[in-house]
Amino acid sequence: MDTTFGNIPVSISRTGYTGDLGYEIWMDPEDALTVWDLLLKKGKSFGITPTGLHALDIARIEAGLILLDVDYVSSRHAIIESRKSSPYELGLGWAVKMKKKDFIGKAALEAEVGRGPEWDFVGIEIQWHELEKHYRKAGLAPGLPSTAWRASTPLYKGSEQVGYATSGAWSPILKRYIALAHVKSEYAGEGSELMFELKVEHYRKLTPAKVVKTPFFDPERKRSCPV
Amino acid sequence: MPGVKKYDAIVIGGGHNGLTAAAYLSRAGKKVLVLERRYILGGAAVTEEIFPGFKFSVCSYVVSLMKPNVMRELMLPKFGLELLPLESTFTPLDNDYLLRTADADQTYREIARHSLRDAEAYTRFGPLMGQIGMAVRPILETIAPNPIRPSLSDFSKTNKLLDHFKTLSSEQFEYLTKLMTMSSADFLDEWFEYEPLKASMAASGIIGTFMGPRSPGSAYVMLHHYMGDIDGAFRAWGFQRGGTGAVSMAIARSAEHFGADIMTEAPVEKVIVKNGRAVGVALENGDEYKSDIVISGLDPKLSFLKMVDESDLPSDFVTDIKNFRIRGSSGKVNLALDGLPNFTCLPGEGHHLRGAISISPSYDHLEKAYDDAKYGNFSQEPYMDIILPSVLDPDMAPPGKHVMSCFVQYAPYDIKGGWNDQKREAFGDAVINTIARFAPNIKDIILHRQVLTPADLESTFGLTEGNIFHGELSLQQLFTMRPAVKWADYTTPIKNYFQCGSGTHPGGGITGSPGEMAANKILGIWS
Repeated sequence: MDTTFGNIPVSISRTGYTGDLGYEIWMDPEDALTVWDLLLKKGKSFGITPTGLHALDIARIEAGLILLDVDYVSSRHAIIESRKSSPYELGLGWAVKMKKKDFIGKAALEAEVGRGPEWDFVGIEIQWHELEKHYRKAGLAPGLPSTAWRASTPLYKGSEQVGYATSGAWSPILKRYIALAHVKSEYAGEGSELMFELKVEHYRKLTPAKVVKTPFFDPERKRSCPV
Repeated sequence: MPGVKKYDAIVIGGGHNGLTAAAYLSRAGKKVLVLERRYILGGAAVTEEIFPGFKFSVCSYVVSLMKPNVMRELMLPKFGLELLPLESTFTPLDNDYLLRTADADQTYREIARHSLRDAEAYTRFGPLMGQIGMAVRPILETIAPNPIRPSLSDFSKTNKLLDHFKTLSSEQFEYLTKLMTMSSADFLDEWFEYEPLKASMAASGIIGTFMGPRSPGSAYVMLHHYMGDIDGAFRAWGFQRGGTGAVSMAIARSAEHFGADIMTEAPVEKVIVKNGRAVGVALENGDEYKSDIVISGLDPKLSFLKMVDESDLPSDFVTDIKNFRIRGSSGKVNLALDGLPNFTCLPGEGHHLRGAISISPSYDHLEKAYDDAKYGNFSQEPYMDIILPSVLDPDMAPPGKHVMSCFVQYAPYDIKGGWNDQKREAFGDAVINTIARFAPNIKDIILHRQVLTPADLESTFGLTEGNIFHGELSLQQLFTMRPAVKWADYTTPIKNYFQCGSGTHPGGGITGSPGEMAANKILGIWS
């Protein structure tokens, strides 16, 4: 909706990148500072708290939201063919309207749906007990990432690499170690067991991870409507 | 008879441990009924709107020891569990303050402001306590073996623990022994010199006990509090969004999700025992419910001296339970505030209001508070552990207003002349006066004051003698001795009657652990 804060024109949308109940406020960049100060002042008694990108990154992983240039590369910037993905390979198939009469790439996507996409984009959970064991062997408490990571991490089935996780985080709310991963479709079914590469005290280990449903965290309130 | 029904298991008491046991049993496919005496679930982990618009975590107020596997296995985040980190510990003094935060470097500089030696020692102390916590944890996570007539699995458990202890270094073993036997004051004196730092650390060694910082045994309680971890970080305390009652509600919803029936305002009068076996329960209103087993989430005194007849129990066991120390030593004052307290030593808002506020300026302050209690009075200048939940979770109070939770020690259950309304108010005044010494504006911003004495904790929440841990966490009441030797594995002398409250191993706090381990024990017997 279009409205004003004080006398500054703003647009408020019920959108966001947290997977939770959220709003985005759009304005002229010139006005941004004033709007920010106003928000913090008015929101104070409601306990408004600024958060940074580190927190946002964990929230979007918990919500299973994909991130450009981290989880996938724009096809316009992909310098090699293997970096390109189709919407189906990124878990964005829901955004493709096949019923539409025609659009660029329709034939190719239809063919892909027909034979089944080669890759899938899924949520995985690194299994706690085995993770803990690796650290216990090293005499340490389980080492958990305190922020989200964005380094591509191999996933194996047996001795074959069948995928890679592109972002992950310890979810403080779920008490689970979660990640988003590209996995070859035949290994991407829910419950599929893979091995995740983990570094414990400088040494590489393999530890089990399971394909699970996303969003990892799906609070009811995110669908609630403001009165 | 009305309402006769048959369940696999009945849990007496809808506190967080009873609910946890019910959730685990339901998850295993058992038909479970939880019976709660009050109108609301949670026991001592309860949130109530005592004053309109203001939500109080009436009794228990922070969460740290909640077991992560319980959270995962019962899917508690899905049902509303959300822990917000407490960011600091603030000790206000008359002309200065001590503020420890989660930022190690900031804390180093802050302690160094008072003592460089202590700042150095503090960086070594934390990891050591963490290691010792890790060393002790397997004990906490093992169902206590029966040392009198050990079964095969008891032997293997004991062996595993012994193997585990062999992995400790001699230094770790030395400190573990010291922690098990010393007073927290003596133990901390070996490490630190700055009095407010020592006193604030020693304070966690007296919480919920009838001991002073100079009483032997208090060091163990300090360790117990050190074992809390959140997200792999030891010694982290959290606050549940919506108050501790929301933890209980999350567990209750999980139990219901798995198929449990939960009834409130259903006070149990007696466990029905036939031929030495529990076969069901009778409610105060006369209704009876049949079940294969009965589990009590109540404290040992209520479980064995009230819920069943002494004649159904061996006399040595009755003696053990009667001797079980459960003296309440603390009270709780909850305040609805018109604004935030303003501390003279650190005015205005800031990080120091987002964590624990510890009224522990010196050993003497704590020990004198204990002295009052020793001779049957409440402390004139008590020790307090204060938090402002509404700073972390604005939904706890109307916009701009606040709630303040003060855990207060000491308030002996056996006060001279007994507790009455005048004494309760006098106790409340002592609390407010002590806070006002450091934040004088407190008296002007109080909208409502709720004072709970140990007698209130007993009558409202069923905590015998007002003891928050269902019995002191002293060495002779832990592990294989909690609540009594031979019966520390959640079984009781009565067949099919089990216990799962904080009066069982590993003890008090919002952990879910007694409930979880009792359920595992029962499922083990069943299979």
